[in-house]
Amino acid sequence: MSHIQARDFFRYTINGLRAQRLRSVLTATGIAVGIGAVVLLTSLGTGLHHFVLAEFSQFGTNLIAINPGKVTTHGISGALISNVRPLTIEDGEALGRLPQVLDVVSVVQGNAEVTGGGRQRRTTVYGVGAAAPRVWNIGVATGRFLPDDPPRAARAFAVLGHKVRQELFGSTQALGMRVRIGGETFRVIGSMESKGQLLGFDIDDAVYIPTSKAMALFNQESLMEIDLLHATSSSSAAVAEQIRKVLQSRHNSEDFTITTQEKMLEVLDGVLGTLTIAVGSLGGISLLVGGVGILTIMSIAVNERTGEIGLLRALGVERSQILTLFLGEAVALAAIGGVVGLGLGIGGSRLFSLLVPALPSHTSWGYVIAAELLAILVGLVAGVLPARRAAGLHPVEALRAE
Amino acid sequence: MIQLQHIERVFQVGDEEVHALSDVTMSAESGEYIAIMGPSGSGKSSLLNILGLLDRPDGGSYELDGLRVSGLNEKEQARIRRHKIGFVFQFFHLVPRLTAFDNIALPLKLSGMTREERQTRVTAALSAFGLGNRAQHRPDQLSGGQRQRVAIARATIMQPSLILADEPTGNLDRHAGVEVAEILEELNHQGITLIMVTHDPDLGRRAHRRILMVDGRIDHDSSRTRT
Repeated sequence: MSHIQARDFFRYTINGLRAQRLRSVLTATGIAVGIGAVVLLTSLGTGLHHFVLAEFSQFGTNLIAINPGKVTTHGISGALISNVRPLTIEDGEALGRLPQVLDVVSVVQGNAEVTGGGRQRRTTVYGVGAAAPRVWNIGVATGRFLPDDPPRAARAFAVLGHKVRQELFGSTQALGMRVRIGGETFRVIGSMESKGQLLGFDIDDAVYIPTSKAMALFNQESLMEIDLLHATSSSSAAVAEQIRKVLQSRHNSEDFTITTQEKMLEVLDGVLGTLTIAVGSLGGISLLVGGVGILTIMSIAVNERTGEIGLLRALGVERSQILTLFLGEAVALAAIGGVVGLGLGIGGSRLFSLLVPALPSHTSWGYVIAAELLAILVGLVAGVLPARRAAGLHPVEALRAE
Repeated sequence: MIQLQHIERVFQVGDEEVHALSDVTMSAESGEYIAIMGPSGSGKSSLLNILGLLDRPDGGSYELDGLRVSGLNEKEQARIRRHKIGFVFQFFHLVPRLTAFDNIALPLKLSGMTREERQTRVTAALSAFGLGNRAQHRPDQLSGGQRQRVAIARATIMQPSLILADEPTGNLDRHAGVEVAEILEELNHQGITLIMVTHDPDLGRRAHRRILMVDGRIDHDSSRTRT
């Protein structure tokens, strides 16, 4: 019989807030805006996260890229000192003989003027092998892809990306036509399906020619990258280890970098997760402002209700209960504001997806719960100072206030 | 019932020490009706605050119902205030946003009584104090006399053995003041010890015992002269 019942405590708290309705609503609005911003921004962040990961994982997770030069983060910043042995077509062939490796593409890339069908277009030229469509997961629309010619003696064939085909030949037949790339003439044997954009890069705006031809065109001695696809039955890490051994024995040193798609997705996942949290923290700033609002209003409330505090003490309310009472009001303000903010944020992100379908948003329940807990925490922290002042008042002084 | 021994209360005002109470010794039997009188600044309110456990003496001891309450901690003192002492203030100290009913129910609520029990006790108190049709009025909708009656109902709802009243009629007109005094005296008749601070000589004359405070000391105690 010595402690107020939870329901009565709750009522007394709400009653205190309702007595100053406008003020309470405005204060809670501050928190609502903060929480709304956090939820909206994290929703957009999470949406972007999912979107980017989906874009990347369309290549499959069994893709491994090898680049020349060892990227290290210790010592002198001379990652590409003179004794780097470049990657060669032969390196690619050697890797292709590994049992777990399904396909290998030796890549050289550059920009060149492509002339054909009476038009010209500056575009990206990829020097690749016959396996490129399989490794990169792009389909051939018409004709066929580059044949499996001996790498050093490939014929001058070209396959056009969707956009290049459209731009040069329009609706007319492109197969069998000739295009000039750099100084050399190539015969068009196929064109690719449209893949659209990947993170702003138009991968349809490309021409594929044999690796050795591209090396000559761009005056390159070596490859820029080797991409390979491994059997899904073996782990990326195990295959990467095999690759490391093969290349190390061929180069006598580790002067190359292996990037597995799995690892890349992991890194990307981490980066995007951090980005989401960073963006959410921006929303958190407005939450902080809301917290200051609660602090101010609760301080005013303690001043105004000093007489009431004195009375409660006279009626036998303990100091700790006074503390709980005012903390309770601060937390209630924040929690109510938080719930409204959740509604605003979720509604806002839904509306956003409706208006701008290209920019995906995804409300994650984890963030929603975290945001509400954050609101309560803000209320708690903002309430501590005024509540402590209320509890610290001397009853005689407090009673004299009225 | 009440036993004060050599009570001292010193306030620090600037770098001067002000003795609000010095060497106050008094006792009161259960059921007494005492008026503490004296000029302002004589220490009568300080004495009432000590008696009500709202303030702690700097020296001396205070026994209430055989318990040495001056040595208790804040929690235990709060408990005694809750169950044994009812306060009536000059300015009523009603919670402005609560109805008369809820103001009277507040001590019951704070002590954890259920809604049903409260309902019957408060309803009975309202009619006993002639406030039956004012239950849902807020303080600003009540007259001064009605407000003080609500405050007295609140002070007695926990059935305390001691009522401490600080100028209970000080903020009321003559008629309402007499009415409030009569209510308090009726409670005293029922056996509740009543101690009130006043500088109204008419009210003081009504009490059975008068204690006159001057400069923090008991200058005159009518019970001592009589015996």
